[in-house]
Amino acid sequence: MSTRETILEVENLKTKFFTEEGVVRAVDGVSFDVRQGEIVGLVGESGAGKSVAVQSIMRLVEEPGAVVGGEVRFKDRLLFGLEDETAGGEGAERRERDEMLTDEEMRQDIRGREIAIIFQDPMESLNPVYTVGSQIEEFIELNRDVTGEEAREIAIETLRDVGIPEVEARYDDYPNQFSGGMRQRVLIAMALACEPSLIIADEPTTALDVTVEAQILDLVDDLQDRYDTSFVWVTHDMGVVAEVCDRVNVMYLGEVVEQATANDLFHETKHPYTRSLLDSLPRPDRTVEELDPIEGVMPEAINPPSGCRFHTRCPEAREVCAAVEPDARQSADGADDHRVACFIDDAFDVGYEESLPIESETGGGFEASLTSGEGESR
Amino acid sequence: MSGETPPSTRDEPSEIDLTAERDESGVEEAEMEARVGLSYTLSQLRRDPTALAGLAIISVTTTVAIVATIDAWVLDYWFAQNFWYHPLRGPHAETRLPPYGVSNTFFDASQTTMAHPLGTDNRGRDVAVRLFYGTRIAITVGFLSTTIGMVGGTLTGAVAGYYGGWIDDVLMRTAEMLYAIPFLILVIVIVSVLDPQRQNALSVAMIGVGIASMPTFARLIRSRVFSVREEEYVEAAEAAGVKDRWIILRHVIPNSFAPVLVQATLQIGVAILIIAGLSFLGFGAQPPQPSWGQMLSKARGLMIPNPWFSIFPGICILLTVVGFNLLGDGLRDAADPRIQNK
Repeated sequence: MSTRETILEVENLKTKFFTEEGVVRAVDGVSFDVRQGEIVGLVGESGAGKSVAVQSIMRLVEEPGAVVGGEVRFKDRLLFGLEDETAGGEGAERRERDEMLTDEEMRQDIRGREIAIIFQDPMESLNPVYTVGSQIEEFIELNRDVTGEEAREIAIETLRDVGIPEVEARYDDYPNQFSGGMRQRVLIAMALACEPSLIIADEPTTALDVTVEAQILDLVDDLQDRYDTSFVWVTHDMGVVAEVCDRVNVMYLGEVVEQATANDLFHETKHPYTRSLLDSLPRPDRTVEELDPIEGVMPEAINPPSGCRFHTRCPEAREVCAAVEPDARQSADGADDHRVACFIDDAFDVGYEESLPIESETGGGFEASLTSGEGESR
Repeated sequence: MSGETPPSTRDEPSEIDLTAERDESGVEEAEMEARVGLSYTLSQLRRDPTALAGLAIISVTTTVAIVATIDAWVLDYWFAQNFWYHPLRGPHAETRLPPYGVSNTFFDASQTTMAHPLGTDNRGRDVAVRLFYGTRIAITVGFLSTTIGMVGGTLTGAVAGYYGGWIDDVLMRTAEMLYAIPFLILVIVIVSVLDPQRQNALSVAMIGVGIASMPTFARLIRSRVFSVREEEYVEAAEAAGVKDRWIILRHVIPNSFAPVLVQATLQIGVAILIIAGLSFLGFGAQPPQPSWGQMLSKARGLMIPNPWFSIFPGICILLTVVGFNLLGDGLRDAADPRIQNK
């Protein structure tokens, strides 16, 4: 698998939202890549910047947001890239590189044709005023240079592939006549029918119940083998990650904190955040009381904590964590390509062992919050 | 008839939410979901007697207008030739003949005739026949000017709402400038600018009313587009590489259109009223074109001795406008999933 060529390369991607309350650093230096035929997971809590990251790749971020830095390469084409990022600084005018695709090229050559998106809510992603068939046809005609009858045949075939029963009979039905699971299948069919090389699935099973979710995940596995499409799978559900992903990026507050193959991530967990995510999963062998949710809520990306962004909630946090910001590095004792941004790992040499533990909010109580408040004000 | 615009045109009709409100409970949601769409709207309309009355009035007027048009174009004014006594044509031309069975200073009731059931005017022209041909003008003008306003306003408002930002500012501030001027005055200005010689007074008046009604439609659809453009199917279309203008035409407008359709129905009534008012003021239909407003205008000086000159055109205008208003109100309720007719 590792010998296969890389099709999507995201490097140091930065997306900011310029709101009235201040600048929100929704995506702050995210790097990952996707190889031909693999499913890459993008995991994190709500607000971690997963969806903004994929929108940035497609250049679909809308006002007041903007991609402000980094590089996105798809195959040999530059989807996003700026001229000489170091010059100027914050206020300087950003100049796009000449080789970067224009909006028109982006629309014509990339969206739908090369990279398709499956959205989160199958109830809302289909236009209620048109039949399901005509909507698939619209996308096919747009992205595959075919017309009328051919598009209809492709549409019917793809709908059959994704497991819609009696396709011919249901082809002219309206979206409200389909159940949630069926609509999600339709959306997958819409993405597949344009034969893109990469499908970005933005929490596609979140709105579905677990039995339907399992069916959809099986279906995706199946289709992925058949069509050899790459996926970026955005989710907050570690269970889904275990089910479908080959490699995983764990995001926290706009940053990738751990990057590993799915297997390593579950068995050789390096980052405390990833471990907390795994601990907060309900499991049949543990009671609800034994569940260990992550304390507190994710801080606002408008004013992220200093140092390691997770230190305010991290059970392992020491004073150095609040002072120095870790970058994602190849883990010292992990497998190849297992990258982690935590000082616990031996790849870092910032004196974590010598540093005193800070009471994180996990400790609870008045004293604890006082101490952590002191730590932040310093 | 008066120059005043009825208040209903200025108030934004309450927003009609096509995408039914989503409730937490799935059952509720499914039920709400069934309460949208054309067939639901029609089934609701069928249970609304006032809306049906409006529809009946509109059907009658429209049929009369169509018959009048056929008569004029195909039958070469068969009705006119049989009823319309031209004043220069000689002895039959009896002026100011009252309606059948009514007497006045010049004629006693025995002189009235079923040949002129609604009497004749001061030039001996049959009032009924003039009303008959006047229907053509009223209906044509109502539909055409509303179409102009609806198409122009919808496109403007949809573009403004979809793009937002400076495009929205420019388009909507312009629309609001038009909105700030009283409707009738605006129409008169447009008509005077476009056609100072009054050569095509009626068509120009029609265009004028269309332009003047554009801001209403633009504002109405823009407020809907703001929410529709955030829908995931619009995002999905963008992500699939659909062109902006195609997204606006195919995805945004059809999903924002319900309130516009209701407003259009009401606007037809308003347009008929306004054009009648314009004709009354001498801006719309020019003599000898038989338009209801212009008939009223001519009847003004003869109101006391010959009230039927003004009563009948007045009744025609009233009925037609009421018809469109009843249907419009009915449509508004029928398209609203929160209101259900038993």
